[in-house]
Amino acid sequence: MNNAVELRRVFAPALVALLVTGCGGGDGGGSSADSAAGGGAAAENPVDAATAGNIAGSIVFEGDAPAMDAIDMGAEQVCADKHSSTPMSEEVSVSDGMLANVFVYVKQGLESLTFPTPAAALLDQDGCKYRPHVLGVMVDQDVTIRNSDGLLHNIKASPTEQRGFNTSQPTNMESSRSFGTAEIMIPVRCDVHGWMTAYIGVLPHPYHSVSGSDGSFDLSTLPPGDYVIEAWHERYGAQTQNVTVTTGETAEVTFTFSASMARNALVPLDAPIDLHEIVEAS
Amino acid sequence: MNFFWRTGIVLAGMFTVVIALWVKAGPSWLDLSWVMPDNVVSTYGPTLDNAWLVILWITGIVFVATEITLLVFLVKYRHKEGRKADYIEGSNKAEVVWTAVPFVIVVSLAFWSKGIWDEIRDPSLFPANAYTINMMATQFEWNAIYAGADGAFDTSDDFVSRNVLHIPVAQPVVVQLMAQDVIHSFFLPEFRVKQDAVPGMITPVWFEATQTGEFTMACAELCGLGHYTMGGTVIVHSQTDFQDWLAEQQAAAGDD
Amino acid sequence: MTTTTATETHAGPAEHHELGFIRTYIFSTDHKMIARQFLFSALMFLLLGGLLAVMIRWQLGFPGRPLPAFVRWIFPDTMAPGGIILPEFYNSLVTMHATFMVFFALMPLMAGVFGNLLIPLQIGAEDMAFPRINMISFWIMPVAGFIMLASFFVEGGAAGAGWTSYAPLSASGEWTGVYMGQILWLISLIVLGFSSILGAVNYVSTVINMRAPGMTWFRIPLATWSLFVTAWLLLLAIPILTGGLILLLFDQTIGTAFFRTEGSGEPLLWQHIFWFFGHPEVYILILPAMGFTSEVIACRSRKPIFGYHSMVYAMVAIGFLGWVVWGHHMFQSGMNPLLGMTFVVTTVVIAVPSAIKTFNWMGTLWRGNIHMDTPLLHAVAFVALFIIGGLSGIFMASAPVDIYIHDTYFIVAHLHYVLVGGSLFGIFAGIVFWYPKMFGRMMNEGLGKVHFFLSFLFYNMAFFPMHNLGVQGMMRRIYDPNQYEFLQGLQPLNTFISYSVFLFAATQIIFAFNFLWSLRNGKVAGNNPWKSSTLLWQTPSPPPHGNFPEMPIVYRGPYEYSHPDHEEDFWPQNAPPATSEAGGQFAPAPNPEPVPGD
Repeated sequence: MNNAVELRRVFAPALVALLVTGCGGGDGGGSSADSAAGGGAAAENPVDAATAGNIAGSIVFEGDAPAMDAIDMGAEQVCADKHSSTPMSEEVSVSDGMLANVFVYVKQGLESLTFPTPAAALLDQDGCKYRPHVLGVMVDQDVTIRNSDGLLHNIKASPTEQRGFNTSQPTNMESSRSFGTAEIMIPVRCDVHGWMTAYIGVLPHPYHSVSGSDGSFDLSTLPPGDYVIEAWHERYGAQTQNVTVTTGETAEVTFTFSASMARNALVPLDAPIDLHEIVEAS
Repeated sequence: MNFFWRTGIVLAGMFTVVIALWVKAGPSWLDLSWVMPDNVVSTYGPTLDNAWLVILWITGIVFVATEITLLVFLVKYRHKEGRKADYIEGSNKAEVVWTAVPFVIVVSLAFWSKGIWDEIRDPSLFPANAYTINMMATQFEWNAIYAGADGAFDTSDDFVSRNVLHIPVAQPVVVQLMAQDVIHSFFLPEFRVKQDAVPGMITPVWFEATQTGEFTMACAELCGLGHYTMGGTVIVHSQTDFQDWLAEQQAAAGDD
Repeated sequence: MTTTTATETHAGPAEHHELGFIRTYIFSTDHKMIARQFLFSALMFLLLGGLLAVMIRWQLGFPGRPLPAFVRWIFPDTMAPGGIILPEFYNSLVTMHATFMVFFALMPLMAGVFGNLLIPLQIGAEDMAFPRINMISFWIMPVAGFIMLASFFVEGGAAGAGWTSYAPLSASGEWTGVYMGQILWLISLIVLGFSSILGAVNYVSTVINMRAPGMTWFRIPLATWSLFVTAWLLLLAIPILTGGLILLLFDQTIGTAFFRTEGSGEPLLWQHIFWFFGHPEVYILILPAMGFTSEVIACRSRKPIFGYHSMVYAMVAIGFLGWVVWGHHMFQSGMNPLLGMTFVVTTVVIAVPSAIKTFNWMGTLWRGNIHMDTPLLHAVAFVALFIIGGLSGIFMASAPVDIYIHDTYFIVAHLHYVLVGGSLFGIFAGIVFWYPKMFGRMMNEGLGKVHFFLSFLFYNMAFFPMHNLGVQGMMRRIYDPNQYEFLQGLQPLNTFISYSVFLFAATQIIFAFNFLWSLRNGKVAGNNPWKSSTLLWQTPSPPPHGNFPEMPIVYRGPYEYSHPDHEEDFWPQNAPPATSEAGGQFAPAPNPEPVPGD
């Protein structure tokens, strides 16, 4: 009968359309480990070590460093016990005039090259703190997220250029995530322990470095040429410098930050509470 | 086998299964209490527990009476050869009685509830001398915000207590509930306090502790994956200890 | 109201043109086939909902323990790495358990199966008013079901904001980590709503317009009455849900802020919209079961329903009052307390018609001649368990008493007593009672009784102690109550409940086996195995296309059992009246089929 045929004409394409929608899902970023593990080394390293040069340097902090808040982990005894001294916020980490946790990377100069994806990087939750506080990875590089505390942490990544994720680890366990789009910087936060924050920089190449407590960083084995490198800090914003790399030479670069640069931060902090903001908003 | 034997065997079997599983899983008989736990520490808590008890009595009597009647009817009027049912279509009188009586009971309950409800919820009836604390609920923490030495909020001497609410005993406290992200619910079981914290609203809730000690603070509205860990502590200090604690916090906050 | 219908009888099956396989079994417009399609689909979703519940109880009974190896492989690391259920997956489990049960199991069983099966047969019609709309109403359901199932497989997993989907948690993936899953949940329910609306249009039209001659309003059996009132509730409530879902979908996708505070939206608005639908919804879920219970108790007690008119008025009253009680779900929400008080009054009042019905059922059993077969057992269990569910509701109807028990397991106990103790046992009664009419065979009585007693036992073992969990303060939707010291002592009780749930779930295998086995091997039923007086039983089992070979004419009410003027203990609605004025003559032809269980 005509009716049946008409109905079939309606239902079939509708079903197909729904199948297509239903099978959507995976976007550019934050995909889980079920996809290709470790993103295979499809490309070979294009850099010839014989002709390479380096960039190295340090991050100086001018003036008095702001006092950091102590973190009260009393509610989470397992974590509190892991700290021999009072845990402090890592937002600004200055020792002897040098600034740690600055993310330094090559911003321009490597566009023509493709690099192999390195092995997984580690983001550990230990003593209710992210280790490291600032992490650099390549696009599609696996990040192994480990819970070393054995209590509930959740890992909430809030990028702006791609889909984030919000996943939990209720016990000692590991999960794997990766980011498909380059982005500076992706804030990561644990909602169960609001003081836990980390930042992940995702780049199309492996030339990134996080300054240590002595303020030093290094980007080694770079092809010779002109580069723009950027140093990013979560409170003090980002600065760039032009550097020329020559074969066999290490170009020395110094970045200087100071307290007056606060509020230059590129990434809005997903935050510890600002008292002044809350009461106004209500 | 006659009806009573068959029924008896089925009941015995069911009873055995219940007991066996009970023994295996190990619940305590005390956990089966229908009466509110004996842990109430707020001034209006006993009023609520009493209201609970009244309803428990009323519903309990109705429950026992109706279920027993049901069972008796099933046994007494079960099919027997040669017996016919009585052709009864209804009774207007019965309908009136069992409409009016429940109606009176439940409506009385409603009006009785009003007094208690107003005492707890009506902002115009909140105790005048209540100490105010702001509470910002977020995923997955309770942040109690104290006004500091100047007694005013939104000033630089305000300080925050994460997941621990410090209050004085025998002093009405008003908590101004706020939520940063999603709906949470401020639940103090021993105080018989519960109030939703809704983003975009400030919802006040008042209570007064009758004992010092440490008590539970919980979230009672699904708020995400960490909902189950959104617990905290209420520490009730003596009035002098509370002042000391405040002074300590203010000193620490003043360093900022 | 007039009862005009087609005056000529429908041609018998031999004269009707032969429909192919697809038009008979797939795209059928016959209400009886559509009822069967709803039945099989809904039972599958009931199974799925039950499995999700088993997983919830696995986590609560043995927190953090990995799922057993034979099922562990099903779940990817984003849901249960190494078999350990993640908190976000647990939230999806509670959400999807309720979603599948309410929308894909209970509603289709109540309205889809029995609405379709019973209404035309009980009022003497040959089919529904709009058979093709009826067919579409069914086919929307698998489409919506597919979308809902698909949501498990997208990134971020299935919706995890509760079946009540409170905003802002549900309004942005930012809070749950669930993006596409929540959107698919919304789309699925938006689509499914049309199934209910179209079905309701049919039911209302059919009952009003297609009653057989003599079938006045107060001769309509209570099952049809219950479905009629339910259909009105569906017609008026579902569009509200659909509207709310669309607004929430906009918040999720195109940046509106109806419920999100970022743009001065109002989270409580969602709750008002949802519960304005949600409360009539729970009456949609219980009223048909009340109707089935009335049918079964009257028939198996061989006695008229006590207070038939009151029963009708009570159902209509529940239908009306159900619209003005929604705020009791929001007592602790921060809603204006005075407004809350008005809802206390309306909520306690709605207990009254339910009480009236309960007393009337008991009045029907009183001085009856009760045949304790499986449908009767389930119907009586409905009454017994509904009493518990209703009485527990009194506690939460009082707003101050609700303060402590809101969002605790006391509420979970209450809702499961009315939805499982009530609706599910009512559905079991209905399935066993009307199975012969649908399939021409009886379900096995022995297996039926075993299934009943074990289900009743395990069900109460599982859900009665939940009242106590609530009294101790255990919250709802909580992945691991041991995080709270004051709840740690409740773990043994939770484990006991979990075992009971597993046993309850396993018992349903008996029902499934009985159902499937009896399709081919059950005793042949004949027209009227239960000796019921409604029109539905005065036609072959299963009825032919067109239902009644001859247009029935109705002479009396639906529950003329054990009438003193009539030798047999039932008097079919369409049996011609006694020929003698003095009332001494008896109606012809006793029914030769034996009643099972005697």
